[in-house]
This record gives sequence, structure tokens and C-alpha cells, in this order.
Amino acid sequence: MKPARTMFKKIWDRHVILDRGADDVLFYVDRNFLHEGSFRAFGALAAEGLKVRKPGQNFSTADHNVPTINRDRGLNAFTNPELRHTVIMLERNAAAHGIRHYGMDHPMQGIVHVIGPELGITQPGITLTCGDSHTSTHGAFGAYAFGIGASQLKQILATQCLWQQKPKTMRITLDGAIAAGVSAKDITLALITKIGTAGATGHAIEYAGSTVRALGMEGRMTICNMAIEAGARSGMVAPDDTTYSYLAGREFAPKGSQWERALASWRSLPTDEEARFDSEVTLNVAAVAPMVTWGTNPEEAGPIYSTIPDPEQELDAAKRAHMREALEYMRLKPGTLLEDIRIDRVFIGTCTNGRIEDMRAAAAVLKGRKAIVQAWVSPGSSAVKRQAEAEGLDRIFRDAGFEWRGSGCSSCTAQNGDAVPAGERCASTSNRNFEGRQGKAALTHLLSPAMAAAAAVTGKLTDVRKLLS
Amino acid sequence: MEPFTKLVAVAAPLDMANVDTDKIFPSRFLHKPRGSGFAKMAFQDIRFDASGQENPNFVLNQAPFRNAKIIVAGANFGCGSSREAAVYALYDYGIRSVIAPSFGDIHYANQLQNGMLPVVLPDETCAKLRTQLHDAPGAPIAVDLESQTITGPDDTMYRFDIGQSHRERLLKGLDEVGLILQHVGEIEAFERRHYSELPWLL
Repeated sequence: MKPARTMFKKIWDRHVILDRGADDVLFYVDRNFLHEGSFRAFGALAAEGLKVRKPGQNFSTADHNVPTINRDRGLNAFTNPELRHTVIMLERNAAAHGIRHYGMDHPMQGIVHVIGPELGITQPGITLTCGDSHTSTHGAFGAYAFGIGASQLKQILATQCLWQQKPKTMRITLDGAIAAGVSAKDITLALITKIGTAGATGHAIEYAGSTVRALGMEGRMTICNMAIEAGARSGMVAPDDTTYSYLAGREFAPKGSQWERALASWRSLPTDEEARFDSEVTLNVAAVAPMVTWGTNPEEAGPIYSTIPDPEQELDAAKRAHMREALEYMRLKPGTLLEDIRIDRVFIGTCTNGRIEDMRAAAAVLKGRKAIVQAWVSPGSSAVKRQAEAEGLDRIFRDAGFEWRGSGCSSCTAQNGDAVPAGERCASTSNRNFEGRQGKAALTHLLSPAMAAAAAVTGKLTDVRKLLS
Repeated sequence: MEPFTKLVAVAAPLDMANVDTDKIFPSRFLHKPRGSGFAKMAFQDIRFDASGQENPNFVLNQAPFRNAKIIVAGANFGCGSSREAAVYALYDYGIRSVIAPSFGDIHYANQLQNGMLPVVLPDETCAKLRTQLHDAPGAPIAVDLESQTITGPDDTMYRFDIGQSHRERLLKGLDEVGLILQHVGEIEAFERRHYSELPWLL
């Protein structure tokens, strides 16, 4: 009898080319994504006279540096010539190496972690990389997907392989019904608050349990997206009928008899019943309320009805020091009710919460209401934008006073210039509230799309459930 | 890649946990080519104030630590974004080794790819080293990859673990692409088998 294996182990075993022991495995990468930041890897490739080994296994899109306004002007939409240059270089590099490119005018352009699934490039059982830490998103399809730096990106372009150390495995079981007004974002923030920003360092997470099964692909992607915020190498969900019906018919999904063959292969992926994980975590989802961060890492969060904790009550010295710094940076005081925190602006979008379900959730709150602070929506992809427009959601956002922007990473990293001004407080559906992440001296509160919409309407952090009743 | 064997150098105590890569290298510089002054960009927003003046409280701005080649930090150093520019900035500043209780996985790999040595030591050891460095500013630490040891300012020696393949490649300064390309035959055989089993991926 074959030994019981986790889904991770099944995928890992299938991609080992050479095994020289635990820390030294030559490992095959099925699919790799590129964005503007890839210029360093392409530069190194050229300097070393290397070619791309498998152009067809690489996919490129412009997302990090593209403007989110005036997109109809094409390259003239840029106000910063250095940023425009990175977008032009990406297109040239992709063309020179025969790599498929979804440029800023392409109908399927979008954030790499949104378009991979939309195009059906992301599939169960594959290994997938990108020079971006949120590559863990793709794990929602039962893929082993992880972020890499520029040097490893160069290696993948040149060889389609990497030397890898095998991560440990962690199963996170999410059980219980999701309450009204609560979303995948709240679940993932509650989880990170529980295990910490380094709680899963060195681990490949598998999310399991009844809650995960009940979630659609968008919610699963939100949870896997933020696996990295708990320090994990990757986050995964076993594929099921929800996965297969999402994938069916998409451009790169297998067709006809290939589809049947693929399905049979995918159905063998879920973790064997007897398989053991290196660690196990459980979370009772029924008890999760809408969450919001008050500090400067995603672990520094609490339910919306709570108050900011007092660092002096924290027993762990390192955490205490971080909390003190965080509150000073965030200009907040212990004991403050989270619902009393006024905000200056709202940002909805990103690879965490820029999908169609996120647009619908925010629009449901905004319908018939007005934002009283500056508010932006940047759909995660051009396809999400079209879909939302077809459903009339853009009208709801616009009527509420939101700017309906083009698709890209936008204010999540503010690399494209969409920065939150210094000292301004932003309710954001992105994934990181690090100091300076959304712009120098920007103050970030992470929350769900529905919670962001509620904050826009009231001008302060607000329990969205009060607006839903 | 420059080999890493042994380093005896000034070490700076960075009393912070969760030093994320946005803090080491802000996003707004990510489109810049290396060579455009990455040393100056390292820790930009905590090293300099809004008017560009040095923040005197930041450890690398204090005289004994300006030339540090080693940083001793808190847990989860380099968490967050995969940006390798964070490593370039540390390297170009002159840092060759970071000692911490834990690292962000991607950043750890990125350091190794650039001839830097990330050293994992227990939380208490890192805290003790930082206290000693505060007490004797400018004191050196010895980092020896060959013997996998750190020697603190008080001559106490600590052993650290590192993957043996990482150790060998760093000691010799070997490029991983070259090492992979020695196995082209195995890769081709793998691909034939792999794509015959999963033909829809081609």
C-alpha cells in the first residue's frame, strides 16, 4: 500500500527532478508569471547570455506600475517616464523571448494573481511561481504556488527549475458558517491575529474544513493570498467541483478528452485521510466578526466592535515594542474604540479583494448611499471591470462618489504613484498595513470590501452589519 | 557571486521584530536600476526624516555602527514582499550577514542568492548579542560559515544551522543556474515524462 500523502506532498513528488536530500531538491516549475519588476531578471539573463528555456510556460502582464486613470491614452497615460519605461521594457522582453504578454491595453490585462485564474493558467496540481509574494493566491486551485526574488526568477527563465528546500506542512481547518457581513478577508485576518505574522514561516499551508468547502473560488483566493502574511511559503485548498466549474471553458483550461484526463488527475490530489501534517491549527469561523487592523502588520487587528489593546498589557516583549511603535506611527491610542477611528479615504481593489465577488459585496453596501470621503475602486483585472460594468456595479460606485479606475496594483504598493498622502488614514482592502506601504507616512487599516464601503459612507471605521440590517 | 567564508566586522543591533522588506526598501524606488544609489535607499524612511536629515535614533546613523557589515535583528526579518532590491540595498550599504531568530522565507532565499549569509539563532541569543553590542558599541562579531559558528563580543561561540547545499554554494560563490544546467539531461527526461502524463500543460 502506498504511504498516505498530503496534497502538498503529492504535488511536490511529481515535480522533483533530482533529490539529494531534504535541503537540496532540483524542482520543476510548470508555470511562471512576469510583471514589470521582472526587468532585473531579464537584465541578468541578457548579461549572462542566457535564453528562456520554455517561453510557453511563462506569462506576462503589466500590473504593478500601470496608471489607473486615463488608460484610454495608452502609454501617454503615464506621468512618470521611468514607470512607462518599465512597462515598455516588459513588453519588449516578452516579445524578444516569445513570451505571451497581456499589456496594459489587452482586454485580459490585470493583476497577475487575478488574471492567472481568469485565463485558466492556474490549475490544480501544478507548481507556479512569480516574483511577487502574493503568488500564494493561486494555491486556491490546489496548486503549489510561491513567490520568488529576481535571482530565482532568472533561474526559472533560464532553466524552468529551482533548487528548493522542502517546506513543512500545516493544515488549517476552518469550520463553521460565515455570519452575515463577514467575508473571507475577515476570516484570514482573524487567523493571522491568532497565529501571528510568522506563525506559518517555512510551511506550506493547506486550508481545509467545511467553511473552505462552502467558499467560492474568490473567497478561497482571498484566504490563500494572505497565507504569506502569516509567513507561509504557500497556501492551498484541495480542488473540488467548485474549482472544476470555475475552470471549465477558460482559455488555457484543458478541453474535450484532455479535460476528462485532467479531471481524473485533479481528483487524485486531495490529501489522503491518513496523512499527517507537521502542525494543525483550527479556527471556529462562526465566531469571526468583521475585522480591521489598527497596527502596522496584519496580526495587529481586532473585531470591529473592540478597542485598541494596550501595549503595556502585552506579555511578549518583542510584540509589546512593535505595538508601541505601531501606535505611534498610526497616531492612535490604546483603549480607542475601532469604530471611533475617522478615515480620510477608501481604497477597494488588489489581488486580495479585487475580484467580482468583492465588487458585488462593496456595491451591495453602497447602493443608494454616498461616500463622504475620497474613495477609489480599482478592479483586479480588465475582465473584472467589464463584468462589473455589465452588472451595473460601476454605476453604483460612481453614484456613491467613488472613482471607477483602471485595473492594476494601484494603492496597495503605490508603486505606480497611486500613493496615500502622508498622514492620511486609508481604509483599504489590500493585504499589508506596513509602515509606508501605501505611501510615505500613509496610515493603513486593512478590512474587507463591504467594511471598506461602510467606512466610505460614514467616514470612520464602521461595523458593516449595522448598514446591512 | 562573491563567496562568503568568514567575516569579522562591526555589528549593529537593530531592536525591531518584523522588519519587513518595505521598510528595508520602499516600493517607490522599485523601478530604479541598481547602481542608482541603493545604499542610500536602504531603510530610507526610518533612516531619514521628512526633510532628508538623518534620524539620530536609527542605529546605522550612530557613529560606531555606520560601517557595520552585520546586523543583529529581531524575529521575522525580511518578511513581506519578495523584492530582491531589499537585499541589494543591504548589500550595497555594506551588510554581508544578518543574524535573527527567524526570516521571511523569500528574503532568506534572496540573501543566499547574493552572497549574503542569513544566520538563524534563538531569540534569547539574538537579544543577548544586541545588549552586548549596545554596551560595547562598535564591538565586532565573527561569522564563520565553514565552522557554522558565530563568536559574540564576549568571545562566546554559538553554532548555527544552514542547509548544506546553501553552505557549499556560498563558500564557493557558485551560481545556481550553472549548477542546474549541469543536469540538462535529467531535466529533459523529466519533461518528456511529465508532459506525457499532463499533456494539457504544454
